[in-house]
Amino acid sequence: MSNKQSGKADVLRGTLDLMVLQTLDLMGPQHGYAIATRLEQASHGALQLNMGTLYPALMRLEQRGLLRGVWGTTGNNRKARFYSLTAAGRRQLAVDRQSWQQMATIMDSVLRGQA
Amino acid sequence: MRSMLELLRRLAGSLRGSRTDADLEQELRVHVEMASAEEQSRGHHPAEAARLARLRAGDVELAMDTLRDQRGVPWLASARADLVFAWRQVIRHRVASLAVILSLGLAMGATLAAYRLVDAVLRRPLHVADPSQLFFVTRTVQAVDLSPDDRDDFDYPTYRTYVALTTGQADLMLVGMTSRRSITFDGGDPETAVQQFVSGNVFATLGLRPAVGRLLSEQDDVVPGGHPVVVLSHDYWQRRFASDPAVVGRTFRMDGGLYEITGVAAKGFTGTEPGAVTDFFVPAMMNPEALKISGWSWFRIWLRPRPGVDPRQVEALLHSRFQAEHIERARSFAPDTPRSRVEAFLTERLVLQPAGAGASVIQKTFRRPLWILASLATLLLLIACGNVANLQITRALARRGELALRLSLGATRGRLLQLMLFESALLATLACGAGALFAWWAAPFIVSMLAPAERPVRLILDLDVRAVAIGVSLIVAVTMIFGLAHALRASATTPAGALKEIRGLHGHRRLTSTLVAVQMALCVFLLMGASLFVGSLDRLQSRPLGFAPEQLLHVVVDSRRQLPPEEWGQLAAALTDLPRIESAIVAGWAPLSGNRWRSSVTAPGVASPQDAPNWVSVSPGYFATMRIAMLQGREFRAGDRPPRLDEAKKPVAGVAVVNEAFARVYFGGGNPVGRRVVVDSSEAPMQIVGLATDAVYFSVREASHPAVYVPLAARQGATLLVRTSGSGTDRAQALRRELARLAPDVQLREAVTFESFLTQQLIRERLLAALSTFFAALAVILAVIGIYGVLNHAVTRERREIGLRIVLGARPAHIVLRLTARLLGAMSAGAIIGLAGGVAFGRWVQALLFETDPADPAALFVPLTLMAVAAVFAVLPPAIRAVRTDPARVIVTQD
Repeated sequence: MSNKQSGKADVLRGTLDLMVLQTLDLMGPQHGYAIATRLEQASHGALQLNMGTLYPALMRLEQRGLLRGVWGTTGNNRKARFYSLTAAGRRQLAVDRQSWQQMATIMDSVLRGQA
Repeated sequence: MRSMLELLRRLAGSLRGSRTDADLEQELRVHVEMASAEEQSRGHHPAEAARLARLRAGDVELAMDTLRDQRGVPWLASARADLVFAWRQVIRHRVASLAVILSLGLAMGATLAAYRLVDAVLRRPLHVADPSQLFFVTRTVQAVDLSPDDRDDFDYPTYRTYVALTTGQADLMLVGMTSRRSITFDGGDPETAVQQFVSGNVFATLGLRPAVGRLLSEQDDVVPGGHPVVVLSHDYWQRRFASDPAVVGRTFRMDGGLYEITGVAAKGFTGTEPGAVTDFFVPAMMNPEALKISGWSWFRIWLRPRPGVDPRQVEALLHSRFQAEHIERARSFAPDTPRSRVEAFLTERLVLQPAGAGASVIQKTFRRPLWILASLATLLLLIACGNVANLQITRALARRGELALRLSLGATRGRLLQLMLFESALLATLACGAGALFAWWAAPFIVSMLAPAERPVRLILDLDVRAVAIGVSLIVAVTMIFGLAHALRASATTPAGALKEIRGLHGHRRLTSTLVAVQMALCVFLLMGASLFVGSLDRLQSRPLGFAPEQLLHVVVDSRRQLPPEEWGQLAAALTDLPRIESAIVAGWAPLSGNRWRSSVTAPGVASPQDAPNWVSVSPGYFATMRIAMLQGREFRAGDRPPRLDEAKKPVAGVAVVNEAFARVYFGGGNPVGRRVVVDSSEAPMQIVGLATDAVYFSVREASHPAVYVPLAARQGATLLVRTSGSGTDRAQALRRELARLAPDVQLREAVTFESFLTQQLIRERLLAALSTFFAALAVILAVIGIYGVLNHAVTRERREIGLRIVLGARPAHIVLRLTARLLGAMSAGAIIGLAGGVAFGRWVQALLFETDPADPAALFVPLTLMAVAAVFAVLPPAIRAVRTDPARVIVTQD
């Protein structure tokens, strides 16, 4: 009944949110499947998101007011729910992107120093 | 912060019902279809493509589970489910639930009422700006009965001195005592309204705004007698004038003067004295006679330190002045003043007290009684909680199967705890609702007990944030007290243990025994408190007063000029001629009216005792009207004169009647009639013409004290004591009319029956006795129910064992003893603890008791006997049931 997840998943949760925001920023409004495909391609197949991970993340972001989801039609006339960034989402993306890059730089230098 | 925001969004989401299951499922299905279509486009067979798509995208149902949890607030959903389940439990055991709600509700209502009163009288902050920075000046003094006391009344010259002293450091305010005045609007009938004198800066310093018109300012408080303007309180404006804004500019007559209404104070401010609601405020300058006289204390001094000034600094400043004056005055004491008295005088201190919650006589009188009542009500609530806890534990025992099932299905311990606490909270909330209804009725009822009907106490008891806060904290406290122990135990159930039905039985017995012991202790404690208060009241009421208060009217009158004793005598005689009036006399004041006059006398050859006799001046016929027996000599008659000084300050002899105590102290119990004593202050000789029996003077609690009665001298204002035939209450109005006709110079200020006067004297004792008895009675009933419940449950639980014992030949006495031994032990232990607590309590409230020794065996006897009888009543029915157990039935019956 609870949302408890392991520590590994917690890391994923933070990074997944950032990846979803980044994808939407880059590609404009997208439905869930397109986001999953895009992330799979971008990671060269390393990131295979199942629905149980992707959609709760989308719902979470929507609940936090970072995304807005609306039903629309795809290019081949299929109904799908399209997600787009809100203004708050764009702001959050900028903040998260920066802190992630900072973190990556720190990790990088720490790991280099140890090698 | 972010998680907070998310929680709020989710909360909002769960309330609006956010996205439906169908909507979510639709989205997931689209996802799977797209995945499947892509696999097909890569050349897979449709069935294979669907399999691959499911592999990549995952299971729809699994994802739905996560989404459902993510949607809304999971805790809220489970809370709703638990609440519904708890409600079903309440409904299912509706008889037991009703009993719980009623008993708990009664106790909660009593507690609620008590704390609301405590809040309204003692704690509620005044509706003024920054009440925490308000103080009033008090001084510790020796009271008239020589006990230490706090006084908070001051005279005008002292006020002016203090104002000059603290300029720049604090704003001092003159805040008059509330008094009931008779006023007339436009020649209508006289009506009574509550007046308060205030200095011109009071409204500004308290930060008050007008509702209409303008408030009083410094300019309204300059010339003695020159500012006949008043400000109405919002409450009076609403009550008397239906909030008519045209009231500004209207006038009314009071004491012959015409006053103009300039405005109405904003809503919420009802004066500065909790217990009285002020109707109108008058500039202090409108009490011109009192402005000059030092020693005429008629107001409190309030102050607000200027920003940045420490109140202790202001206190030190005022105290140094206060002390300097004391030392000065001690120098002028008579040389033979006992040293101890001089020392006591010099230890008097000036102290600032917080005035944020106001300052009033009601506060002073009822501070301890109200706290005591609140504590007693709390104990009652604990007893009720004990009962409910016992009931819940019994019920939980029966529900172990259900709880074990929940655990087996994966419920966490926390979840079970939540479930149990929800049930308790639901019961507590329902009980609080019932209690609130009870308190809604009880609180005003208790308020009406705080004062005689003629001078009702008015308290602000609105339903406000504070009231709700008290109620909610009560619910939480009660839930925790009766729910937590049992919830913790129940949540500790293990499936295996519950199935084996063994674990916990022992602990259960221990817990119920402890609860019974605690209940017993509290119950005996409450009974003992009640018996102390009732005994004390009884002793006070059965004290001989020395006069007959029945059918006696106490009438206070003001006169425009000094009337000689002959004119007072004529007025009394004229009143006596009226129908249904047996006799009427005039006195300086009546016994028990709160006045005291002390003056020392010297009898030849007798060392003067430390305490000077009490004096009172009375007109001829006083002893006959009051029905005070004359033992020797005669009453006063017309022409008798008191000892006095003439215009040339030369002592002039006079006559007096003394009481038995006087004869004992000054003449060794011999007949004093015909003897002479000298009044120390005037050196006038005084011839004793009569000896009367002792009568109370200042308070019904006081022991007999020497008293001197002297003939009435010329005076302005007096007390008429009128003995009527038949009920006295309807005479007051008639008397007012007759007085206006008989003596135009005399105005009636107040007429009450003497019995209500006595009521006033005993009001605190009566309140404590009545309410503590009520609490104790409830406590006994609750305890009986509790003990009965525990024992009854034990009989049910152990019926098979009892049956076996009967079959094996056990005697009924043996069975009963076995069943009750444990409980009796617990009850006795509780009773002993309760008694010890009761004695300690008695010592703590000793000051409120009259000639009562808490450790007196007689005081212990009543509570113990009552409790024993109650216990027998509680134990008997289950015991009979146990003895009558039919072995043949219980042994073969399955549960």
